[in-house]
Amino acid sequence: MDSIEAYVPILLFVLVATGFALFTLIVSALVSSSKYNKVKLEPYECGIEPETDARDRYSVRYYLIAMLFVIFDVETVFMFPWAVIMDELALFGLIEMLVFIFILVLGYVYAWRKGALEWV
Amino acid sequence: MLDTFIIPLLKIVVLLNAILISVTFMVLMERKVIAWAQSRLGPMRVGPYGVLQAIVDPIKLILKEDITPVKADKMLFSLAPILSLVPALVAFAVVPFGGDELFYVADINVGLLFFLSVTSIGVYGIILAGWASNSKYPLLASLRASAQLISYEIAVTMTLVSLILTAGTLSMVGIVEAQLTDGVWYGFVQPVAFVLVLIGGLAETNRVPFDLPEAETELTGGFHTEYSGMRFSLFFLAEYANIIVISAVTAILFFGGWLRPFPNVEALAFLDLIPGWIWLFSKIFLFLYLFMWIRATLPRYRYDQLMRIGWKLLIPIALANIVVTGIVKVLV
Repeated sequence: MDSIEAYVPILLFVLVATGFALFTLIVSALVSSSKYNKVKLEPYECGIEPETDARDRYSVRYYLIAMLFVIFDVETVFMFPWAVIMDELALFGLIEMLVFIFILVLGYVYAWRKGALEWV
Repeated sequence: MLDTFIIPLLKIVVLLNAILISVTFMVLMERKVIAWAQSRLGPMRVGPYGVLQAIVDPIKLILKEDITPVKADKMLFSLAPILSLVPALVAFAVVPFGGDELFYVADINVGLLFFLSVTSIGVYGIILAGWASNSKYPLLASLRASAQLISYEIAVTMTLVSLILTAGTLSMVGIVEAQLTDGVWYGFVQPVAFVLVLIGGLAETNRVPFDLPEAETELTGGFHTEYSGMRFSLFFLAEYANIIVISAVTAILFFGGWLRPFPNVEALAFLDLIPGWIWLFSKIFLFLYLFMWIRATLPRYRYDQLMRIGWKLLIPIALANIVVTGIVKVLV
C-alpha cells in the first residue's frame, strides 16, 4: 500500500466531506427563516454597542508560543522516521537520537530560563 | 474503477452517516451523563427518556436562522466552519474498525502522521472564525484556543514517538497487528504515553478541564459566539467528531483496537466470537464516557496553569519517555 493509489480514498473523503458541509449549508439556507433586525447583526458585546474595532492589539505571548511551536514541532517530526526504523539502526540510531534530544533539551532549557514558557 | 472509486465511496458514505448519527446521540448521552452526575434527569420530554432529542436537535439547528454579523468578513466567516469540520471528518479515513479491508477507508503507511496533520488543520478553522467574526470575545477565544491546541499538539506528537518506537510502524492497521504479535495492548507497555495522550486529547478537543476557549463565564461562548444556525452546527459537529476520533485513535494505539482483551491468553479465545468492531466500539464508548465523566467532575484550569502543564510538565515527561523507550528497546 505504498503507492499513490492508497490516497485516492482519502481524496474522495475530502471531497465528500466538503460536499456534505456545503450541502447542509445550502439546505439550511433554503429552509431556515430570516428576519431582518439591526441589533441582531451587531457583534455581540453583552448588549452594549461596540465602540472600538474588535481587532485590537493582543498579547505578544501568543506569537512567542506560535514560534516555539514551529521549532518544537519540526524537531518532533524528525523523530518519526527514526522511530519507525529503530530496529535496523539499533545502537547507532540510539546514540544519534540521544545527541539530537540533548541539543533539543538545551534549546528547551534556554527558552525556559529566558522565561519564554512563563505565561504571567 | 470499482475498486478505486465505487467501493471506497460507499465506505465513506456509510462512515460519514455513522459519524453523524454517533454525534447526535453522543450529545444526548453527554446531557444524560452530566444530568445524572448532578442528580438531574436530563432531557425527558421528547420520546421515552428523551431519546428522540437526538433527532429533534439537528432538525431544529437546520431550521434556525443563520446570521452573518455586518462587521464580519463574509467569505472567511463562511469558510471557517467548513475548514473546521472537513479535517475532523477526514481524520476518520485512517481509523481502522477491523483488520479486514472492509473496515477501513484507507490504510496508508504514514497513517498516524496523516492523522496528526489532518487534525491540526482544524486550528485554522478556529482562528479564522475568531478573526472573521470581528467581535472581541470570539477573537480572544480563538487566540486562546489556537495557543492551547498547538501547545498540547507538541506534547502529544512527542508522546506518540515513543509509541511508534514500540510498534515500529506508522500504519494504524500495522500498530494493531504489532499489538497482536507482541501479545499485549500498548497501554500496558506505555502507560506514561497513554496518560499523556489522554490529557493531550482532552486539551486538543477543548474539553473540561481544558475548556478555556469556551469558558462561558468570561468569554460568553468561545470562538463561535457570533455563529448561529447551520454554521454553528458545523462547528459543533466538528468538535464532537474530534472527540470521537481521538477516542478511537486512543483505543487503537493503546487498547488494541479491534483486538479482544489479553490477545496472548489462549484460554480467552472464545472472546473472539464477538466481532472485532464491537470490541473497538465498546472501547470508544468507554473513552467517550470517560470524557463526559471528567467534564462532570473537574473544575477548569486557569490559563497560565494550562500553559504550564503543557510546556513544563507534559513536554519533559514525553521527552524522557522517548529516551527511556529508546534505551530499553536497544538494550533489552
